[in-house]
Amino acid sequence: MSETTTKLETDQIALRAARAEAPDAQMIVFNNVSKFYGEILGVNRVSLEIAPGITSLVGPNGAGKSTLMNLMTGLLRPSRGTITVLGIPTDNPEKLFRKLGYCTQFDSFPRGLTGREFIKSFLLVHGFARKKADELTETALERVSLTEAANRKIAGYSKGMRQRIRLAQAIAHQPAALILDEPLNGLDPMVRAETIALFRKLAADGLHLIISSHILHEVDTMSDRVILLNNGYVVAEGNIHGVRDEMEEHPMQILIRCDQPSKLAARVFDKDHVVEARLHDDRLGLFVRTRDADRFYLLLNEVVAEGAINIESVAPVDDDLSAVYSYLIGSEGSSA
Amino acid sequence: MSSSTIDTVPAKNSEPLPWSLWFRQIRAIFRLEIEKNFLGRRSILLYLLALLPVGPLLLLAPFTPPGREWQDFTQYNMIFAIYYGGLILRTVVFFGCAWIFMNLFRGDIIDRSLHFYFLSPVRREVLVVGKYLSGLATSMILFTATTVIAMLLLYLPHFPSESSRFFFDGPGMTQLLTYAGITMLACVGYGAFFLVVGLFFRNPIIPAILLYGWEWLNFLLPPLLKKISVIHYLNSLVPVPVSEGPFAVVAEPTPAWIAVPSLVIVTLLVLILASYRIRHMEVRYGSD
Repeated sequence: MSETTTKLETDQIALRAARAEAPDAQMIVFNNVSKFYGEILGVNRVSLEIAPGITSLVGPNGAGKSTLMNLMTGLLRPSRGTITVLGIPTDNPEKLFRKLGYCTQFDSFPRGLTGREFIKSFLLVHGFARKKADELTETALERVSLTEAANRKIAGYSKGMRQRIRLAQAIAHQPAALILDEPLNGLDPMVRAETIALFRKLAADGLHLIISSHILHEVDTMSDRVILLNNGYVVAEGNIHGVRDEMEEHPMQILIRCDQPSKLAARVFDKDHVVEARLHDDRLGLFVRTRDADRFYLLLNEVVAEGAINIESVAPVDDDLSAVYSYLIGSEGSSA
Repeated sequence: MSSSTIDTVPAKNSEPLPWSLWFRQIRAIFRLEIEKNFLGRRSILLYLLALLPVGPLLLLAPFTPPGREWQDFTQYNMIFAIYYGGLILRTVVFFGCAWIFMNLFRGDIIDRSLHFYFLSPVRREVLVVGKYLSGLATSMILFTATTVIAMLLLYLPHFPSESSRFFFDGPGMTQLLTYAGITMLACVGYGAFFLVVGLFFRNPIIPAILLYGWEWLNFLLPPLLKKISVIHYLNSLVPVPVSEGPFAVVAEPTPAWIAVPSLVIVTLLVLILASYRIRHMEVRYGSD
């Protein structure tokens, strides 16, 4: 155990040192990538640089999320452009999958295997020695809480268990980058929370995690950045609040809870960056739409300093992924 | 995290190729595939095929059928040669290899599990070799056993003492080993062909039937065209030649020292083609 730990620690140090020396090798880079299925567009002119941490791919069905993931892992080849993952071209699986793990959406497995056999078999295919494969198998099973069910045939697993065994297979060889296509599908709330915690831990260890998900509030809470896709195009990317700030055509909506909302409305409405002020239904708050949230917050500071209005709380209403999604992609996907 | 605890592919051209890693990977792929071949649900058809030539001989074992040739031990050579050429080689081995080798990749595509191999740090060529070897082992074990059992079942029950002399003091053992060798060689040749067919065709049945027709009609082809077939080289090796009928175009059999290496070389070329195909393959189950 201590030998394994030491080895892993040594690997971690070596990995970090290598990254410090070659920062480009830390990134997942798409350079003007397009993918067409015959005449059907998969993704078009995608240029991205994805840094370590949790990056979420968000978009409606058919937006190109899985295509982007399959391109990243070499399961698909770009019609145009180039992709490198941690400095490795995606047409070099021998090197790529030493550093990369991919949990696909395909809910299928080689027939007749137990969970433990499944993980171990593919570690042996990686080339690990039998003893090392055993160790890594147990570690992966523990991480997804499947040790007890590991000797059962996968065919008898529930959907959530199948999801977890796929995740275990993707992380078993301890990759530096992990791509997860809808990894939370089919998981019950408890396991879902554990899995998100696992993702956070992996990201804190310096891993790349690229996650696609339909559950926007979970993406919002766990992602360092998001990539919004629609109809094969990247419509926005970056930190979600940064993306929101740049959406000038959709003024930021802020709810101010206070004792005199009408008076506050009169006070703020003459400012050029405020485009709308509307009383809350309970008449104890004011919705304000502003083109410049920073200036509006400064204005509120002045109001507070004047002491005429007692402000209880200030909260942005549409500064989250759901709002960004609905503004950029539309209502058709907002429930996704 | 890192997986630097195993050999990786060489970073520079000057570094040696990672043969030991490739051997380990081939062994792992072989193990996975051989289990599927023997224990998967697709194996039922294989067992039935392998038993096909054995069944009638088992039924005939308790009594000698009427007919002059069955009463004459010297005719058994020819009976087995016809039985082997018509049923075992042209039907059982042919369709058995078609089933095994076409399913090596096509079966994984149908089961949507090929991506697990593609998401491993394995050279695609290594994957082709591992899968091909597993198919070869499966077909050789099953159909060589069929060949040997069928021959023994034909001889031993009807003329036990003559058969015993035939096998232990006469040419019987050599013939038995030659037939077994031809079966193995057929697995090598047909196996490579069907592996490639499974990779290039969404519905491999049609090319398989075309090849079946080509192999059956081989006796009608001019000598040059005969050589573009597997059966010609296999027929050249049989210990007891069988007449192909009055319409057959007679061609000189290819000597064993040419027939065997030719089949092996063609097999290698076909496997290189399969490797090229698999190297450029995308995983799109929906369209497959």
